[in-house]
Amino acid sequence: MAYKHIIGNKTYSFLDLKALLAKASPFRTGDALAGLSADTYEERVAAQITLADIPLKVFLNETVIPYEKDEVTRLILDQHNSQAFLSISHFTVGQLRDWLLEDTTDLVKLEAVGPGLTPEMVAAVSKLMRNQDLIAVARKCQVITSFRSTIGLKGRFSTRLQPNHPTDDPRGILAGIIEGLSYGSGDAVIGINPASDSPEAVLKILLLIDRLREQFDIPTQSCVLSHVTTTIELVNRGAPVDLCFQSIAGTELANKSFGINLSILEEALQATRSLNRGTIGDHVMYFETGQGSALSANAHHGVDQQTCEARAYAVARKFNPFLVNTVVGFIGPEYLYDGKQIIRAALEDHFCGKLLGLPMGVDACYTNHAEADQDDMDNLLTLLGVAGCNFVMGVPGSDDVMLNYQSTSFHDALYLRKVLGLKPAPEFEKWLIRQGIADRHGTLLDHSFALNGNITGLWKI
Amino acid sequence: MEDLENSRNRQDGMSFLKGFTTARIGIGRTGTSIPVKQSLDFKLAHAHARDAVYSSLEINSLIDSIANFNLPVLCLESKVTDRAEYLQRPDLGRQLSQHSANELAKQVKNFDVSICIADGLSALAVQQNASELLALLIPTLLKDGLTIGPICLIRQARVAVADDVAQSLQAKLALILIGERPGLSSVDSMGAYLTYNPQRGSTDELRNCVSNIRHAGLPAQVAAGKIIYLIREAFRQKKSGVNLKDNQDLFID
Repeated sequence: MAYKHIIGNKTYSFLDLKALLAKASPFRTGDALAGLSADTYEERVAAQITLADIPLKVFLNETVIPYEKDEVTRLILDQHNSQAFLSISHFTVGQLRDWLLEDTTDLVKLEAVGPGLTPEMVAAVSKLMRNQDLIAVARKCQVITSFRSTIGLKGRFSTRLQPNHPTDDPRGILAGIIEGLSYGSGDAVIGINPASDSPEAVLKILLLIDRLREQFDIPTQSCVLSHVTTTIELVNRGAPVDLCFQSIAGTELANKSFGINLSILEEALQATRSLNRGTIGDHVMYFETGQGSALSANAHHGVDQQTCEARAYAVARKFNPFLVNTVVGFIGPEYLYDGKQIIRAALEDHFCGKLLGLPMGVDACYTNHAEADQDDMDNLLTLLGVAGCNFVMGVPGSDDVMLNYQSTSFHDALYLRKVLGLKPAPEFEKWLIRQGIADRHGTLLDHSFALNGNITGLWKI
Repeated sequence: MEDLENSRNRQDGMSFLKGFTTARIGIGRTGTSIPVKQSLDFKLAHAHARDAVYSSLEINSLIDSIANFNLPVLCLESKVTDRAEYLQRPDLGRQLSQHSANELAKQVKNFDVSICIADGLSALAVQQNASELLALLIPTLLKDGLTIGPICLIRQARVAVADDVAQSLQAKLALILIGERPGLSSVDSMGAYLTYNPQRGSTDELRNCVSNIRHAGLPAQVAAGKIIYLIREAFRQKKSGVNLKDNQDLFID
């Protein structure tokens, strides 16, 4: 169905809902590359004004990718909870935006309507929101998950320790882990991107971390970010898999390019859960997403990159993940050009994910060909802290020597905890105190921690 | 002053870990922040990477460095007009400008191999590594009896521009040496991509890639060995891409 808006003597018309969503998106290079952006500043605002008047009910009738063609669309509509939708079913997108920001709209109300929201509704409303709106509403949300530690509690802020090594050298990885732990990093997960996806290489890393974790009784979980099929194979061989990782996207075709579909993810969930390794919870999936992935796989169906991203959250939501991480600046400047676009996208993703009930973290990052630097990441990190982001990455000195990009450092997380009065996951906080790494106020203690004297045996792997 | 610095920049007792990785560990802290020296080290590395992205091909010195191969040299450019556009429009970086396309159309055709050198994301990388690699490759290819087209130097180009070039020259195999995305510790990393039977619109799974070619990474000698193997196999099997990759390690030792 076509949508129209008149400004002065100019009539703007938008072919359908997906065109309207794309034209209403704040500018980013990926949408321009796809030829979907508004042509002028005025057209963009005209699209936003038009979008504000669209009833939410329209989103249940007009799909951006046909139901018959795409299993993600089918998932979204088949799992839509009309009971939860009832209280907001008379809203337009604009009214939803204002309602989200009302003082009386609290966590209880947000959680109640969550299952009634589709990714497209959430993406639409985000396009009408300024950065501060995205922060203010996300801050009201709380998504708590657990495995061996509890992530997402108010007043807590966690990190994925990311000790990648260019050739998966176990000693190099271990050096990064020990360094990170000594900075209080790793309460969300110790997660390694392997250079090789071979099951043997992945198993070696899994065994390494598992031995370290057991020896020092660290209340955290590990993950080697191999392809889900590799992880399933390892689970079936009895490997110590805590969390099962997979990159996901918001269209069936893009997921196909990742070598996955919903049934493979379901198999992965069941297999990993069957290991029963979580001590306080059974959230076992770790998903990564990022705006632009569908376009880069030429699998976006003319849908703007932020709406595609929100649709990936429908995929994530189905599998009750422990962590969802939007790797926001990794994809490069042809999708998100500079610090401004990266920051905006990160806040959108965090907001959309949280509203859809996901334990959102953000890899606040950039590549060297993006117009961004550490100052942009400092801004983003601080905004994410205020927005109540569940976790960020902890990379030695911000420099990932395997993936060749810059993310947040161990130091960055400590800065954020200090300036905003945030603490690590409660189980991990106690462990840090027990180990003499930090005191009760979260201040790092000077003397090296107990691991230092006892790591000799670990090198033998 | 030095005492003050030492007390501020707490050295962790675990600096021995540094020997196991090139990651930035053992950098100490002041409060919870990175000490000034390490902070500036990082900035310098980022500055080098940024400068590499914005470096441009020094055509004359490049021509000089490949003059002794006695092959014709063409200077071409993509449809991209400047660096900002290059970074935002990979589609334009994959196509030759009209002027360059016309230039190519005038050339003698029908070769086994066409060779391109392109700036990609680091002109610095090809400036430093291309001629050394070609000095190893070209004599071997000629000895194998393969014919080589003009060497094309291409500004503001992406990998797939090589398909455009090879198709115009009617070459059976496209080889392009191109600057890779600079990392903080690898600003001069060059990639070599080859495609058998290249066509406009060929996609990445049809290519083979030898990556990280630079003095501190994959040395030219080793890279040349891999590329020659891949080219020979491509001609033998009449294909390139994922299918060739699997057997690569059988050869390398």
